[in-house]
Amino acid sequence: MEQFLQQLINGLSLGSTYALIALGYTMVYGIIKLINFAHCDIYMIGAYVGFYCLTLLNLGFVPSLLIAMAICTALGVAIEKIAYKPLRNSPRIAVLITAIGVSLFLEYGMVALVGAGVQSYPEMTGFIATKINLGDITISMMQVVIVGVSVLLMILLQFIVKKTKMGKAMRAVSLDADAARLMGINVDATISFTFMLGSAFAGAAGVMVGMLYKSIRPLMGYLPGIKAFVAAVFGGIGSIPGAMIGGYFIGLVEVMVSGYVNSLYKDAVVFAILILILIIKPTGLMGRAEREKV
Amino acid sequence: MAAKAGKFFTNHPAVRKLIILIAIFVLVQVLIWTDIISAYLQVTLMTICINIILAVSLNLITGFTGQFSLGHAGFMSIGAYACALITMRMPTILGFLLGILAAIILSGIVGMVVGLPTLRLRGDYLAIATLGFSEIIRIIFVNLEITNGAAGLSNIPQFVNWPWIFFFTAGTVLLINNFLKSTHGRACISIREDEIASETMGVAATRYKVTAFIVGSCFAGMAGALYASYFYVIKPDYFGFLKSIDILIIVVFGGLGSISGSILAAVVLAVISTLLQSFADIRMVLYALLLIIIMIFRPQGLMGSKEITMDLFRKFSKGLSLNKKKERV
Repeated sequence: MEQFLQQLINGLSLGSTYALIALGYTMVYGIIKLINFAHCDIYMIGAYVGFYCLTLLNLGFVPSLLIAMAICTALGVAIEKIAYKPLRNSPRIAVLITAIGVSLFLEYGMVALVGAGVQSYPEMTGFIATKINLGDITISMMQVVIVGVSVLLMILLQFIVKKTKMGKAMRAVSLDADAARLMGINVDATISFTFMLGSAFAGAAGVMVGMLYKSIRPLMGYLPGIKAFVAAVFGGIGSIPGAMIGGYFIGLVEVMVSGYVNSLYKDAVVFAILILILIIKPTGLMGRAEREKV
Repeated sequence: MAAKAGKFFTNHPAVRKLIILIAIFVLVQVLIWTDIISAYLQVTLMTICINIILAVSLNLITGFTGQFSLGHAGFMSIGAYACALITMRMPTILGFLLGILAAIILSGIVGMVVGLPTLRLRGDYLAIATLGFSEIIRIIFVNLEITNGAAGLSNIPQFVNWPWIFFFTAGTVLLINNFLKSTHGRACISIREDEIASETMGVAATRYKVTAFIVGSCFAGMAGALYASYFYVIKPDYFGFLKSIDILIIVVFGGLGSISGSILAAVVLAVISTLLQSFADIRMVLYALLLIIIMIFRPQGLMGSKEITMDLFRKFSKGLSLNKKKERV
């Protein structure tokens, strides 16, 4: 029982980061139907920005997190403007290849800058390094902070999407971009805003994963990126609550499989879930089924 | 009479194709003998040929049938391991051919298992499902004992040389080209154009999609077998997501739905990659930049869906002779 609870807590903190990354995938897919392969590298850049804020600038957790989010936001918008916008009317596969190009560019640009090796995050001190012991279960304050920050960001996102004018525009564009344009919505600005939100969340996830697992490297984004994408598909791609549920589900499954079965198979199980979902219910948990028009 | 027969032979398209193929083969063989194509360039040559097989077979699935697959490297790895395991136990030419045959059959069977449930899915969902399958295949290879885990297999007997690889590459291109010109190929193309419309016209869409997928996977498996037998070391990591992307890049860069485009792109990308070798540190960065720039300025790829054909050359030469006539006037 203790082991189960311990795994549950580990799974929740891992799932939070997956959920944050998955939100970016799902929002971008919802709005321009693009699997944004560069998204997982924005997450990696976030981790590096956080690393340099903590080590070179000696900043605390909160300022580092905010700076990483800000830089990732700028990066996300820049990528959208430079690489994706000229291809708005091209075949979708061309945009996809461009996204892969951007992803490779970020990864190997980072390898050229800092080397392909692993860098380790500094040990945290003070409040965030404390541990809570409940019987045999250890909860580090880091895990509490990760879950807390993630939930806070998700509530903020729900507020933006449901209550603000920009959120309404986002929902309108993802439903029908042409009709939204006819209604006077600035579609390009809305798409940029979506990229901003997604990238900021990925940046936050990057810093928090760096703190949790201590080691970062330029190619760290690939596997969490794919798993977050699986989470987005599981929840129903294009659906924001779906991505959150999917993220936590994938995090929990991964931790449980490595705790109870064999850690070598944790990735395979995640992909098996993906395929089962796609075969049984391709639209995911919360996705809308689209009627085919002739 | 003899002249007439001779003319028939040289005008017959199949004969002409054969003459061109033999010419290419002999030319390259002579270059290898005279050492103009050095041992280092031979590696590039083999890579180009293997990439041509992979790209043409993925083009059949993605470019002609319109089914977006991100897991081609998975089928390649099945072929590579099948051939490696057989030739390591039976290091003869017969073993090598058996290995190739096993590679084709095994990857075809896996292609069917993967294709039957997933080809009901459309567009991006299919891409994600094939990506998931190829990752699962990779993880299985990492964890199996017979495949020696993450370290992979080494000391695989080397059988592949220029004649073999030329035989298989030319065979692949010819077979897929002929498949596309058959009833089945036209059915596949009609599915790409409009699946609902072609179903209305009586094309069994799912059956043709699965057929194209299986044929594509068979050739990918063959390419994997050739890879294993030439480079004599294989690791599961080599056949990951990045390899699938590499193949897809060749196909899209050459033009979806153009066989000659895929061949051209395989050659051009290999040349670019070789030229970038001198910038080893930032090679991948430049490669990525080039990819983005090409996609922004030519999203339909080098050839679009056009083909380089003999007619094109004839038109070209006719155009030249017309120009000469004009000059005379």
